[in-house]
Amino acid sequence: MAKVLYVDYQKCTGCRLCELVCSVFHDGISNPARSRIRVMKWEQEGLYIPMSCQQCVDAPCMNVCPVKAISRDEDMATVIVDYDKCIGCRSCVAVCPFGAMSYNRMEKKVFKCDVCDGDPQCVRFCDMKAVDYVDADEVSIHKKRDAASRVSRAGKEAAVLAAQL
Amino acid sequence: MSLNEKIAYIDLTTGDIQIKPIPLDVRKKFLGGRGLDAYLLYNHTKKGCDPIGPDNTLMVSGGFLCATCASATARCHVMAKSPLTGLLGSCNMGGFFAPEMAWAGFNHLVIKGKAKHPVYLYIHNGEIEIRDARGVWGLSVPESQWAIREELGDQEVKSMVCGPAGENLVTYANVMTGIKNSGGRTGMGCVMGSKNLKAVACRGTMDIPIAHPREALEFNKRFIEQITSAKVNQTQGTIGTPFIWGATNSWGGIRCRNFQYNQCEYADDIEPEHLDEIAEETIGPYHMTGCFGCQVHCRAQYKIPDGPYAGRYDEGPEYTSQGAFCGETDTPRATTLLTANHLVDQYGVDNLEIGSLISWAMELYELGILTSKDTDGVDLRFGNDDAVIEMIDRICFRKGWLGDVLADGGVQASKKIGKNSFSYLIQVKGMQNLHSDERATPALALNIATSSRGSDHLRSRPAIDLYHLPEPVMRKIYSSPVPYDGPLSSEHTEYIGKPWQVFWHENCYMAVDCLGICKYHTTFLGATLPNFEDWAKVVYYNTGLELTPKEIWEVAERCNNMERLFNLREGLSKDDPEKGDVLNHRYHDEPCRRGAPDVVGRVIDKDKFLKMRAELYEHKGWDENGIPKPETLKRLGIDKEPSHLV
Repeated sequence: MAKVLYVDYQKCTGCRLCELVCSVFHDGISNPARSRIRVMKWEQEGLYIPMSCQQCVDAPCMNVCPVKAISRDEDMATVIVDYDKCIGCRSCVAVCPFGAMSYNRMEKKVFKCDVCDGDPQCVRFCDMKAVDYVDADEVSIHKKRDAASRVSRAGKEAAVLAAQL
Repeated sequence: MSLNEKIAYIDLTTGDIQIKPIPLDVRKKFLGGRGLDAYLLYNHTKKGCDPIGPDNTLMVSGGFLCATCASATARCHVMAKSPLTGLLGSCNMGGFFAPEMAWAGFNHLVIKGKAKHPVYLYIHNGEIEIRDARGVWGLSVPESQWAIREELGDQEVKSMVCGPAGENLVTYANVMTGIKNSGGRTGMGCVMGSKNLKAVACRGTMDIPIAHPREALEFNKRFIEQITSAKVNQTQGTIGTPFIWGATNSWGGIRCRNFQYNQCEYADDIEPEHLDEIAEETIGPYHMTGCFGCQVHCRAQYKIPDGPYAGRYDEGPEYTSQGAFCGETDTPRATTLLTANHLVDQYGVDNLEIGSLISWAMELYELGILTSKDTDGVDLRFGNDDAVIEMIDRICFRKGWLGDVLADGGVQASKKIGKNSFSYLIQVKGMQNLHSDERATPALALNIATSSRGSDHLRSRPAIDLYHLPEPVMRKIYSSPVPYDGPLSSEHTEYIGKPWQVFWHENCYMAVDCLGICKYHTTFLGATLPNFEDWAKVVYYNTGLELTPKEIWEVAERCNNMERLFNLREGLSKDDPEKGDVLNHRYHDEPCRRGAPDVVGRVIDKDKFLKMRAELYEHKGWDENGIPKPETLKRLGIDKEPSHLV
């Protein structure tokens, strides 16, 4: 079963270790500008959201590429760039709805998350597991349970309020 | 790599900016961060310079490992001559500023002069620009950072700023970054304010190549496992530093009512568990945050639940705020704590110093040394929550006679107040003590008395002394990387062996401050955490520089001696009550009145204390007056200072 990156932003502490290890793993360099995952922050309210490639099925980057350099690897459930074909036009950067396709100014090429060939370093280093690597069909069951517990809690609170009336 | 990071000399009077590399031999001698700052401070300030004049020099730096693939290398160090003490001014903060400065190309800034009007520095990919800050002046700590982001049109900019307290030249104003990351103690924010420097803003996308990336990555993973497996860090990561306060208060190591008691009673409202409940209710189940690259995440997030500032978001509170705004003032209420913590974060002032001074003023008020005329009507009784909040405001904006007087720091204030007020001031070298009470712990008392920046727990505190570690464990820690076969005692109320522990921790903490690593990642609160052996590896994997653990120890010794040379040049004398290595007489004369059975009745025996101090000087290679011996300086290669290598 193919796995996907699953972000639970509420768990994120905003430390950006994922950005560091991503750039060191891929390029041997510390530089968040080279990271495939970036944590977007609203410090004034303590909100931190890691953003990375969603590995879309009907991927806009893949559709827009004029030289068909972007394709899907169905085994890994990833969208991959073939650098032998890529002409560096950055159309994919322009159309990605998540900002997940980036452009490396120094090396003049686009880059995106490749899930580190199945051992994503961001997940390996994230102590909180705000970024996790889970079976694609397991994502929604976690969310169902979370939502169900909220429904259950709301029900209990409503019962308490009703009893007080 | 880190070795390519630059140093910039910025003259705010002339606008002149010079950028230079940091020579390899300087790196090997001082590494970076606090150590290199100490060298630069000694070399770039003149004896007796006015701390708030243009001749004072402000150093801003990241550690040697800043923004590398080592663990928790976010620390930023700031140094200058202190407006509070007239001696070494030095502070260290986490957050995201120092790594951003490194990605912008710089490890060290040396800032001189005074700008004609408020300015801020914008550092962007190797370039430095001095920009007008008149539109930002007067704004609070967070507001000024958001305003700079708006002006530069870049939400990723990280700024180090001074708040209104720094602008108003409160002598213990902080430098700050983010919501609450504070470079506190010794008033570096005041130095920024005196230079009309509102902020240093950084944004960088420059590469820092890692010498051995795979090894660095794997070692980082091992490091994190070692760090997060320590119980102390698991606790920090769940309820934050307040757990330290709770534990210390339980046995009687917390100052209460200035220095009258050593335990704060009826403190359930501010116990860590209750603060955690407030964070959970106002933020949610995941309410911890941290600094760059750190998996300890020791900082809580909260919203003030009630009171005049209800609903405001902030981070913390740390155990220092519990002590400063609850224990010392005997106002152990969560709303007071969270509100006061929020205000000091907004104004940019040192919570320890301001809380301790308010509690000192409360004792003076109780004794009749201060009257309601002096306080402009504030009822400065112990236990008066409103008075605590009101005084924070008055001090930061220098409102009223007492607010203005206290803004100058305890020693200066005691001269204006007179009437024996100085003898109630719990300070060393002109800096107020942390909220802790060291009468039952001679090692900790020796630490605060001899620390290079005044009464300070982060320079040499052997905190693990409280764990009663078995002697073989202690011997293993304390006889590496240099041999030690003298006495050691597991008993925290003992005096023997403690000078060596203080000496060892002083070098340990200096080493992390040079490397830019957080103290929670070393032998500070956990006996199993990394130290010299591990750093030698982490330095090699990340920078390629080969250093032995003993060489790192020597760097630390060298840098500690540089700080001592600076302090001696600026007037430190070992028995001077205002500028010496001595404790307030109350440590020797007033026995502990509360706490555990082995704590009640304790004082620091003065003769034994002086014997410990003499032994510590001996370990350090200093003479009986606490002055480094010529052969010590020669051994460390700093016998010809100032040598102006950079």
